[in-house]
Order: sequence, then structure tokens, then C-alpha cells
Amino acid sequence: MIGIEHYVVVSSILFVLGVLGIFLNRKNIIVILMAIELILLAVNLNLVAFSSFLGDLTGQVFAMFVLTVAAGEAAVGLAILVIYFRGRGTIAVDDVNRMKG
Amino acid sequence: MHPILFIVFLPLLAAIIAGLGNKALGNVPAKVVTTAALFVSCALSWPIFISFLGGTAEASVVPVLKWVQSGAMSFDWALRVDTLTAVMLVVVTSVSALVHLYSWGYMDEDPDQPRFFAYLSLFTFAMLMLVTADNLVQMFFGWEGVGLASYLLIGFWFRKPSACAAAIKAFVVNRVGDLGFMLGIFGTYLVFQTTSIPEILAAAPGMAGSTIGFLGHRFDTMTVLCILLFIGAMGKSAQLGLHTWLPDAMEGPTPVSALIHAATMVTAGVFMVCRLSPMFEASPTALALVTFVGAATCFFAATVGTTQWDIKRVIAYSTCSQLGYMFFAAGVGAYNAAMFHLFTHAFFKALLFLGAGSVIHAMHHEQDMRYYGGLRKHIPLTFWAMTAGTLAITGVGVYWLHAGFAGFHSKDAILEAAFASGTEHGMFAFWVGVIAALMTSFYSWRLVFLTFFGKPRWAASEHIQHAVHGHHEHPDEEESHADAHHHVPDPHHGDGTAGYHPHESPLSMLVPLGLLALGAVCAGFAFSPAFLESAGFWKGSLAYDEHLMHAMHEVPLWVKLSATVVMLLGLYTAWYAYLRNPRFPAAVVEQMGVVHKFVFNKWYFDELYNFLFVRPAFWLGRVLWKQGDVGIIDRFGPNGAAWVVAHGSRVAQRVQSGYLYSYALVMLIGLVMGISWVVVR
Repeated sequence: MIGIEHYVVVSSILFVLGVLGIFLNRKNIIVILMAIELILLAVNLNLVAFSSFLGDLTGQVFAMFVLTVAAGEAAVGLAILVIYFRGRGTIAVDDVNRMKG
Repeated sequence: MHPILFIVFLPLLAAIIAGLGNKALGNVPAKVVTTAALFVSCALSWPIFISFLGGTAEASVVPVLKWVQSGAMSFDWALRVDTLTAVMLVVVTSVSALVHLYSWGYMDEDPDQPRFFAYLSLFTFAMLMLVTADNLVQMFFGWEGVGLASYLLIGFWFRKPSACAAAIKAFVVNRVGDLGFMLGIFGTYLVFQTTSIPEILAAAPGMAGSTIGFLGHRFDTMTVLCILLFIGAMGKSAQLGLHTWLPDAMEGPTPVSALIHAATMVTAGVFMVCRLSPMFEASPTALALVTFVGAATCFFAATVGTTQWDIKRVIAYSTCSQLGYMFFAAGVGAYNAAMFHLFTHAFFKALLFLGAGSVIHAMHHEQDMRYYGGLRKHIPLTFWAMTAGTLAITGVGVYWLHAGFAGFHSKDAILEAAFASGTEHGMFAFWVGVIAALMTSFYSWRLVFLTFFGKPRWAASEHIQHAVHGHHEHPDEEESHADAHHHVPDPHHGDGTAGYHPHESPLSMLVPLGLLALGAVCAGFAFSPAFLESAGFWKGSLAYDEHLMHAMHEVPLWVKLSATVVMLLGLYTAWYAYLRNPRFPAAVVEQMGVVHKFVFNKWYFDELYNFLFVRPAFWLGRVLWKQGDVGIIDRFGPNGAAWVVAHGSRVAQRVQSGYLYSYALVMLIGLVMGISWVVVR
């Protein structure tokens, strides 16, 4: 029987993967966007799992919101990325280091 | 209100007005204010002196302000007026007023006149505080005040490095003496539990023979106190050992030399010893020391005075020598003779200095006597004034008539007192004094002969050449003349005048000369009965030794005539050496090469002190600077802190990489730590 623990464990693994994807990633910014999606999905999974477990639909409604926002976020992120690529000709993470005070 | 308040505080008021007003006030108002204040002070002082002379006045104390009250210690600002003070009052205010007037002419071209006159008045105020002091602390206030004014005035031409150096030297050497004076005051308070001079003097005889413990030894109390106080007097009065500042102080303007470094400030030490004479009477050892130091100074300064070429330096060494006379007079117990010599000396020495100033003025700031000569016809009034001063200092007079110039009465009294005291150190002082009188006569007449007689030798002087060739020199650039910046006299240059015509000084300079000449002629016989033969005149303001004064009249005739004889001998020698046979001095110098060199270089005191004190002090200073300050304090203090900040920030800088992910990581870590804190708590 698959219990709530399994869901929580999987979503935690996904979350940690997402976080590590942000920090350990040395390739390009698209991977960072994907890692953020992954984190959001992990959260969604949690929300849905607990919603089902507790018999409360609010969690699932929230998950729908999160999906919507994630889609918007991905769209905006990719748009910024395209503009950035046009400007600098690269989206390699190691070249994006202009945020110094 | 007692006139003494006006006498003392008018000069201070004038100094404040002229000093703060300075350029805004302008030259003439500043000069008028200060000079008028001094003449008022002077006019108020003479009646006080005359009333003491007439025996109608009583000693009194005029309280001014509360000063210190701390536990058992208490002293106030108060002005004491007794005979001793009255004598000093007329000396200080008269000479100061005349010097103020004289400076109108002498400093006429100077750009900083208000400052000069403010300093002069400030000095007069400090000196008056010193002589009217009722307690030792107030005396110390005046003592330091005159030291400060002396420093400011020696360094008046502060753009001249030599003047600054001389000012610092005067101040530092005086500090050595002041340390002794301060220790003396502390010790006196420790022993007597008061700083009030009358109370100390009343208690002093009772303390004779008592001892005081210090570092496990027992010392005679009064001897220790008196020697400490005398060290203070030695510093201020330029006695042997601490005299080195006085000749250098001649860097100041000549009126300053006349007022401070001849007539008044340098006599403060003599005044102090006389004021505290009952204390000194309680310690024969200290008195013997005073006698020896006085006699040694008297001799030393006279020898140096015979060899110098700078007209002001000759008179400076002469001052030093005359101060020696005053001290050994005090040392043998003739305090009244010391005060009398102080009184007459103030007039004739101020006269000589102001006369020298008049000569320097006429000779366009040339001070070297080798380039004078034949000035008698060009500046006759100055010549007569200087002659009166010289007659006074050499002690010209006729014994059988009991009449002579000022120095005749006072110096002879000192020599007779030294002989009559009958002690060993008294006899030593007598013989040294006689030899010094011979040299005094020699160098004084030498000065007159070199300056006023013979043929003009001006052509070789750079100052005169500047004057003749139209280059108008600024008084600021008046130089020291010790160095050989002159040319060899040019034999082809006609009469040696180089076409220069010395002009007599203005009236403002001649009037003080005339009045002082009057003093130099008359002060001796006019006041000798009061000063020397009347205990009633002194009214116990100093230790009057009736026995000694009586014994002075009983000394053999040859003692009484000795000073006159050596005076004539010195006059003859000077006449022979500088008028009759001008090649004679050079021959003597050649004969006594080493001795002359030793004396000419002032017994190498400056070199000795330079080696003993100045250079070790510089060395120590350099070590503390390089090793101590730079090496330790700066290295581990400010510089160390700066290093830590610089390096620390370089490390901290690395955190700011600009990479998004590292910022996010830091953010995450912060978030996790924040949440953990909330959860765990």
C-alpha cells in the first residue's frame, strides 16, 4: 500500500534535486528554470498528496494555482532568457556574473 | 583704591588692548596705549618709592582675589608693597616706560609694532606680579610670565631661524632652573606648611639646623631648600652653568635686550634671593654656594666679554658679570648692597643697551665693532650717553669726595662687603671681583674706543654697503654677526666710510638715553645713604646685617681704592691697546693663542652642553621616534588596524562573486537557519 510517507519522500527528493539543480548547475540558465519547475512540482505533489490524505480539496485547488503561476513564470523566464541571449550571446551560467555591488 | 593696583594692572590692560587689537587697532594707537599705561605706572611708582625713602610709608599687602583654597593649603592673589618691592617697582616701571618710548624710534620700520608693544607691556605686568608677590606661588606665576614674555620677545623676528633657536634655548635653559625653583617651592611648603612669604621668613630661623630625610639620607633642611631655590635664581639670572641662553637672547630687538636681558628680568633671581634672605641666612652652606657661583660667573663672563666683537654680546656678557657681583654680594650677606647694585645697574645697563641700539640704528644694523670707529663726531649725543653709561659701569668716582657715577657706589660697596665679611669665600669673591672689575673697565672702554674713536672702518661692512648702494634692508633680516660674512678691509677705499653718513637717532630714542644717563650719573650718590647705611629704609624687607655694614667702613684704605685702581688700569690698557697701538691686541692674541681661543669661544660651554645634553637628547628622541613610535605604536596601533581592515575586506570581497547561484545558496542557508531557529526554539 502506498501511504502518505511515500509521497512525502518522493516530493522531498524532487525538491532537493531542484535545489541542487540550481546550485550545482554549471551549464546554462535554462537548467535553472527547469530546476525551479522541479521545485514547484515537488510542492504540488505535496499539496495534492496531503489534500487526498486529509480529504480537503483546498490543497488541490492550490496545486492548480501553482501550476498556473509556474506556467506564467516559465513563460516570463524564457522570454527574459531570449532577450538576454540576444544581448550577450550566451546563457552559460558562468558568464552571468554581473550582479556585483 | 591703592595705586599699586593701577601700577600692576594698567600694563596688563594695555597689553590686552594692543595685543587683541593688533593690526585692527593700528600702530599708533597701540603704541600710545601701551606707552601711556607704562608712564602712568611709572608716575605712580615713584611716590611710593619716595615715601619709603622718606620713611613715611609702611609695608602693606593689598588683596586682589581669592586664588586657591584646598584643605589646609590656601593662598590668594595679593600685592605686597614694602621697601624691596618699591625699589623694584621704580626700576621696572621706569626702565620699561623709557624702553617703550625708545621703541617708537627703534621699531619704527617694523611691520608688527602692536604685537611688539603688547609683548613689552605683558612682560612688565608679569615682572610687576613677580616683585609684588606675597606668596611663592604668585612669585612663580610672575617668574613664568616673564619667561614667556622673554621667549616671545627673543623670537619676535620669528622669520629669522637664529632668533627662533635663541628663543627656544632661553626657554629650555630656564626650564632647568625653574625645575629647581619648583622643587624649592614644594619643599618649602612641605617644611613650613604655607606658601606665604612673610610666614615662611618668620619661621625660617627656627628651622636652621633641622634635617630632612630623602632617599635614606639626612640633609640640612634649609640648605636643601635654599640650594633648590638658588638653582631657580641661577636659571633666570644667567649664572655660570645656566648662563648660555643670555648671550643668544641678543637675537631679540635691542630695546628688549635693554629691558628684559639687562635691567629687569635677569635680576629676578637676585630679587628672589634678597626677598628670601632670612631663609638663606639660615644656611651658611647655601650662602657659600651663592658666593662661589656669583664670583665664578662674574669672572667667567668678564673674560668672555673682553674678546667678543658683537657690541650687544659684549654688553650681554657684561650683564652676566654684573649679576655675578650681585649674587656674591648676597652670598656674603650684603643683600642691601646687592639690591643697590641691581638698582644702579638697571639704569646704566639699560642705558648702554639703548645706546648700543642707537649705534646699531645709525650703522644700519651693523653690530660688529670691527666695522665701527670714529662715530663720535657723527652721533655725538649717543656718544655722550654711552660714555656716561661706561663711566657708571666701570665705577668712576673719587673716594675722598664720596662722589662718583652709579657703579662707583654700588660696586665698591659690594667689594668692601665681600672683604669685610672676613670669610674664606668672601675673600675669594673679593679678589675675583677686583680682577673682574679690571676686565669690566677694559671691555667697557674697549667698546667705547672701538665704536666712537679711531678712524671709520665701515667700508668693509656688508650692511653699510647695502645702505650705500641703495638696497634698503628690512629689519627682519638683521643677522647674527658671529660669522665672517664681511670682506677684508679694503685699503684702497679712501677714508673707510664708504661714503656712508650715520645719522643721529630720533628724539624718541634720545630722550630715554638722556633720562637713563641722568640715572647712571646720579643714582649712586643720591641713593647710596638710604640703600647702604639705613636699616630703617629696608624695614625688615630683607636681612639687613648691621655688623657687616659697619665693618664695611672699617676696611683698609687699599681695599676701598682697589676698584678705582683697577678701573684706571683697565682704562689705560684699553686706551693703549685700541687707540695708541692698534697692533697690540693682535699681538696678544697671537701670543696667547690657545687661551684666547678658549675664551673667545665662551669657554666652550655651548659645545660641552651640545655634547653632554643636546646630542644625547636628540639621540634618545630619534630612538623613541623610529623604534618606539614608528616601530611599535604605529605598527601595531593605527597601521595594524588599517592592515587588518584592508586584508579582511579583500577576503570578504570574494563572497560577492556576482553568480546568481551562490547568492541563492546564501539565501537558502539563511532561510534554513532562520527557520531552524524558529522551530528549534
